[in-house]
Amino acid sequence: MNTSKISINQLKLWYGESQALHGIDLDIAEKKITSFIGPSGCGKSTLLRCLNRMNDHISSCRIEGSVLIDGNDIYDPSVDVVQLRSHVGMVFQKPNPFPKSIYENIAYAPRIHGLASKGPEMDNLVEAVLRKAGLWEEVKDKLHEPGTALSGGQQQRLCIARTIAVKPEVILMDEPCSALDPIASTKIEELMDELKQDYTIIIVTHSMQQAARVSDYTAFFYMGNLIEFGKTGNIFTKPQQQQTEDYITGRFG
Amino acid sequence: MQHTMKRFDEELDALKEHILAMGGLVERAVGNSVQSMLEQNAKLAKKTIKRDRAINALEVQCDEMTRDLLVRRQPAAKDLRFIMGIIKLVTDLERMGDLAIGIAKGTLYSLDNPPRVFSNLDIMSEKVLRQIDRALEAFSRGDTELAMTVIEKDAGIDVLYKRLYREMLTYMVEYPKSISSSIILSNVAKNLERISDHATNIAEMVIYIEHGHDIRHVDHEAAARILAGEDFDDDDDE
Repeated sequence: MNTSKISINQLKLWYGESQALHGIDLDIAEKKITSFIGPSGCGKSTLLRCLNRMNDHISSCRIEGSVLIDGNDIYDPSVDVVQLRSHVGMVFQKPNPFPKSIYENIAYAPRIHGLASKGPEMDNLVEAVLRKAGLWEEVKDKLHEPGTALSGGQQQRLCIARTIAVKPEVILMDEPCSALDPIASTKIEELMDELKQDYTIIIVTHSMQQAARVSDYTAFFYMGNLIEFGKTGNIFTKPQQQQTEDYITGRFG
Repeated sequence: MQHTMKRFDEELDALKEHILAMGGLVERAVGNSVQSMLEQNAKLAKKTIKRDRAINALEVQCDEMTRDLLVRRQPAAKDLRFIMGIIKLVTDLERMGDLAIGIAKGTLYSLDNPPRVFSNLDIMSEKVLRQIDRALEAFSRGDTELAMTVIEKDAGIDVLYKRLYREMLTYMVEYPKSISSSIILSNVAKNLERISDHATNIAEMVIYIEHGHDIRHVDHEAAARILAGEDFDDDDDE
């Protein structure tokens, strides 16, 4: 295992009375792509949302255990959640650009975090980020048009660009391609492959082929438990647990 | 457990049946080819050669089926290993068929100058046929213990081949008239020895399909340790 960026220890989570995670222990490697797979309701998205405290918004949600990023517990009361989320960015299932221009979609967060000042400095940052997201050539002539006017795949890459604009260390992706056509999905996958040089990426996906294609490590969840975790190649060719085998060969349920 | 997609199960079953049918033909071809030699039976030798077409046709069919399964089902885990294993072992079966043809041709070449003695060819061929039978049985049932038996017994076949080869050398020295038939018999034994090697390959594929361990190119004691879960670390970091 490479250096771990995130260390999840005995993480338990309840929504009201019902327990959604039953003591998860998992180390996530730095600058690698880790995919979370499993049937609906297995807890994979819940766990993903624990990694930047998105579950804080759900009042009935209660958490035990710890999540350490670079050795610091993100559930420590002293942690500034806004700051945390600038370190741990998130990309959602449906592209959700701000109803603003392409330029503003990128510039908004760096401005409020004070990462760049108006004018040439911000222009450079916007260009660099859009280049990194592989979107620059497609949008450079219409930076002031609304982000929502782009195609679905471009919107999703804009959202990824928006996420990396604040220089996060970790990017969480919750089924980032499920609303996209295969070509747009491939572009996102290629982008992920490039981004992993600089970021630790965790992706929740329903597509096992996608998990097999993009990720270095795969974690399989079932009913709130981590059933198996390992190198993606091993998980997809010789899983050690029967439940994993049944799921990835389509013998489930 | 069955696939949620029933058709997928049916396709995998059909592929397995094709392999077993091909294996049955190969086993018969090997048996008939050796029998044609021992009985100096030209008719049987010719029939064996002709029937190889069926083996080749099955190979092509199996290749089509695996290609189709790969592209349409994108198999994973054991399904993937099963298909990978079949892609390999179908080639072994086809080669075994070709080696049987070689033996049958040996019969035809030897008719003018038939061998006086066949040494231990009958015993050797019986053992090789048992190897084929065990390998196919192991594949059919996913029986890795039986597969290990095939791997272990291969060394005995090699010994028999060397013995027969030395014996043939002696004949050639003592009775120069027997040179051509002795060479033919040595080649026949060599083909049998190689057929047994292919049966061993099939057995190795059975172990790969069942457990995901690649035990090719390791000695059988190491293979047994791998199967027992000892001394096996495939989780190195890249």
